[in-house]
Amino acid sequence: MTDVIELAGAAKRYDNAGTPALGPLDLAVAEGEALAVTGPSGSGKSTLLNLVAGLDKPTEGAVTVAGERIDRLGEHALARFRRERIGMVFQFFNLLDDLTVADNIRLPAQLTGAARRKAAARADELMELLGITRHARAYPGRLSGGERQRVAVARALVNRPALLLADEPTGALDTASGHDVRELLVELHRGGQTLVLVTHDMALARACASRTIQLVDGRLSLDTRAEAVR
Amino acid sequence: MSLLGSGALGRVVRSGVGRRRVQTTVIAVACMMAVAAAVIAGSLIVATNAPFDHAFAKQHGAHITAQFDPARVSTAALKETGRLDGVTASAGPYPTTTFNELTLVGRSGPHSDVDDLDLRAGRWAKKAGEIVLSASFLNSPLKIGSVMKASGDADSPGLTVVGFALSSARTADAWATPGQVRALASKDSPVTSQMLYRFKSASSKGQIAADRKLLSAAVPSGSLLATQSYLDTKHSADRGAAATIPFLVAFGVLGIVMSVIIVSSVISGAVGTGLRRIGILKAIGFTPREVVRAYVAQALIPAVAGIALGVVLGNVLAVPLLADTAQVYGGVSLSVTWWVDVVVPAVALLIVTVAALVPALRAGRLRTVEAIAVGRAPRTGRGQWAHRTAGRLPLPRAVTYGLASPFTHPVRTAAMLLAVAFGTVAATFAVGLTSSLNAVGSAQDPQDRADVTVVSGGAVQNRGPLSPGAARRAPSVDPAKVGAAVKAQSGTASYYGMTRTDVTVAGISGSVEATLYQGDSRSGSYEMISGHWITGAGQVVVPTRFLERTGTRIGDTVRVTLGKDTESLRIVGEAFDTDNDGLSVHADMAGFAGARPQVFQIQVKPGVSPADYAAKLAAVVRPLGADVLADEGSQQDGMILVLDSIAVLLTLMLVSVAGLGVLNSVVLDTRERVHDLGVCKALGMSPRQTVSLVLSSVAGIGVLGGLIGVPLGFALHGYVLPVMGHAAGTGLPPSVLDVYDAPELVLLGLAGIAIALLGALLPSGWAARARTATALRTE
Repeated sequence: MTDVIELAGAAKRYDNAGTPALGPLDLAVAEGEALAVTGPSGSGKSTLLNLVAGLDKPTEGAVTVAGERIDRLGEHALARFRRERIGMVFQFFNLLDDLTVADNIRLPAQLTGAARRKAAARADELMELLGITRHARAYPGRLSGGERQRVAVARALVNRPALLLADEPTGALDTASGHDVRELLVELHRGGQTLVLVTHDMALARACASRTIQLVDGRLSLDTRAEAVR
Repeated sequence: MSLLGSGALGRVVRSGVGRRRVQTTVIAVACMMAVAAAVIAGSLIVATNAPFDHAFAKQHGAHITAQFDPARVSTAALKETGRLDGVTASAGPYPTTTFNELTLVGRSGPHSDVDDLDLRAGRWAKKAGEIVLSASFLNSPLKIGSVMKASGDADSPGLTVVGFALSSARTADAWATPGQVRALASKDSPVTSQMLYRFKSASSKGQIAADRKLLSAAVPSGSLLATQSYLDTKHSADRGAAATIPFLVAFGVLGIVMSVIIVSSVISGAVGTGLRRIGILKAIGFTPREVVRAYVAQALIPAVAGIALGVVLGNVLAVPLLADTAQVYGGVSLSVTWWVDVVVPAVALLIVTVAALVPALRAGRLRTVEAIAVGRAPRTGRGQWAHRTAGRLPLPRAVTYGLASPFTHPVRTAAMLLAVAFGTVAATFAVGLTSSLNAVGSAQDPQDRADVTVVSGGAVQNRGPLSPGAARRAPSVDPAKVGAAVKAQSGTASYYGMTRTDVTVAGISGSVEATLYQGDSRSGSYEMISGHWITGAGQVVVPTRFLERTGTRIGDTVRVTLGKDTESLRIVGEAFDTDNDGLSVHADMAGFAGARPQVFQIQVKPGVSPADYAAKLAAVVRPLGADVLADEGSQQDGMILVLDSIAVLLTLMLVSVAGLGVLNSVVLDTRERVHDLGVCKALGMSPRQTVSLVLSSVAGIGVLGGLIGVPLGFALHGYVLPVMGHAAGTGLPPSVLDVYDAPELVLLGLAGIAIALLGALLPSGWAARARTATALRTE
């Protein structure tokens, strides 16, 4: 099985004098794998996610995602890479308040220049799949946390990304909504979606991930593989 | 207690000023531009308000310039007139004669108790053979070192120009040593004695008449030959100055409105985007009054710096403009009046304080919890309909997203719209104004349109400075022979003969300048305000002021007398002719037997070089005693160039301020939306798409601002130009008023988009370069 993510000696320093916020780290994530990244606050989880998403660049080492050395890409190429290969789900949803649910979901497809009808059909398909069709014309501010996160997941999947990144996807949700989102991620993994999940929630990690790594002070302290998800 | 009060408040203000560097810079630059523009406009208004008065007072100008016959009154008796009751100062007598149709006065130096001349270039005439010209010749072909001859005769005496001097009361056209003046005198140009007087009472025509009577009574009968009142010169100068005031006021008002919009929009924006900060300040114990003071101070610190710089910049820029204005008005050196430097910054400070106080009071009144909550809560539903609608447009998503953005902040959008609209008004007005002024310039001397001029002799009363060529011309030739030679010359397309002379017109006291034409003079016709140019004998064309003065209208008849010939001429047109204070007539030469052409104005056939033509024609007409001048292109009038420069300068300032207004609003918007932009970038929005999003967020405002600004600028031009014309005592022809054409208006409409896009360019770049991870962390 090919690796979707490959970090070779990747490190990130925010200042030259201090210790790196992350790494140096060697890590490979195979296609179809669901990786949970855990660790205490300040351990480098979000930094790792940003490097993989191409939101940030390593100060040392190489980051290859879906076969592309993204640490060498310019801003324009990184943007294209993100919209074509990466789907992102955030703790606080990061939906655009002035766009309807349907428009939020269509947005990444429209940024790639996809035809309006095609983008709309894909958004409809995802809303149907995630059970949010009735909210298509609503604005995010009127939805519950769980519903908003479903919208965020739909938006992340609209361009059929090779990799889905989720940063504390249940962190801002109540228990019931958190359970819903967890189920959703499990379903996606079962469907073959490669997934990287950053979380404090060990229960979520156990439920969703086929592999869990733990970061402490930016370094890998634990790497375990589950027999199977649930 | 200081404005900042406690140390904590001072630190809050300093951090606010430092943190919002763009807004701080925008306030400072907007204030600087507005104050500089106001100082320039204000100082020019003051200077043009009484340019003659300033110059006259500084030079102790002569209230009355009197010419006496030295054969009838002695020098001692003339000096005695200086001690008459009511005379406060006198100078003279100076020998005076006519040289080359210039009034030449003999003075041993420029300085005197009355008419203390300002030597503008070169030096004073020290010996025979030297001449000092009036400063009005400074822009003429005559330079220091030029030799002026009385006639074309080889033995004609020549005078070398050694300097240029200014007399505000215009007591002479030129000066030489007294001995030189006496030496130049002849039977045709006898020496007279010039006396210059200042009187205790000389502020009205009645007082001047009484003063003249006093002089007349003090000397033997018939010895007072003529007098000239300073009021006539003042009237003429003030008319020219009055024309500039409406235009300066228009720009001044635009500048003030713009600065109010910008400053209030910047402070409102600072309050709007700083709600959470205000909430935190209150939560940690700041009183509402301290919050108000903090926000007013945040505006005042950069504003005071900007105002101070604006005063300096305004003075620096005003000095050359004032120098040009002084040159045009023939006045003494002008400087920025001290109270302009005090009043303008004081008013600006007041405006900034009020503009800042309104939103600052709003900040002070905000409830703490509300402020914190509003600062953190998701945005309200404002503008969602716009996003829905724009999303349906067949345009890239980044563009449609940007197009809908302005509806989220209607007040900020309105301020931005006003800034763009006012910038477009200024641009439209300035383009129209400069076009009109250039049209005025090209309309003023229609005879300059001739390719070649033949000077056939006789007295030509040139309105402008005499050219050296004209100064060398022969005293008399046969115009008929010259005309025949012009007609026979190959390459002649058309020509007409012309003469200028003084005539009397029934209903007007004194003489009126008449320009009489022989042949088809259409190529030299003045721009017509109404009616048409003369097409034959029995017709006359007159300027606006002539109609006003005589109470006549087109179609009426006036009686014009030249020598023994009196003709009844029908007024067929109102011409745009402002020379001679608008008291002149243009008629066909046919009815005046005594008139002969002094010059022939020639248009050459297409493809014929005027210089070559002039050279060939000169070989034919010079033996006849005439001279040929190839047209060197008319020089733009000095005042027009000054007004053009001011218009361009003030417009650039106003457009820059408008652009800064947009910049500030877009910076606020971008800062507020940085998280959303981060989300978009995380979803794959490229830097180029981010730039197009930000730019399209102002494109609609630019279009609308252009659509509002162009008609307003057009209307302002349509209002101000006739007022300027009225102040100058003339109507304006369509060529001066109708200066806009459709493509130009469309281009001016695009100025709104240009201002908006230029203002948004920097923040769009910042938005594109912003680190996505950082933007996503921004609350």
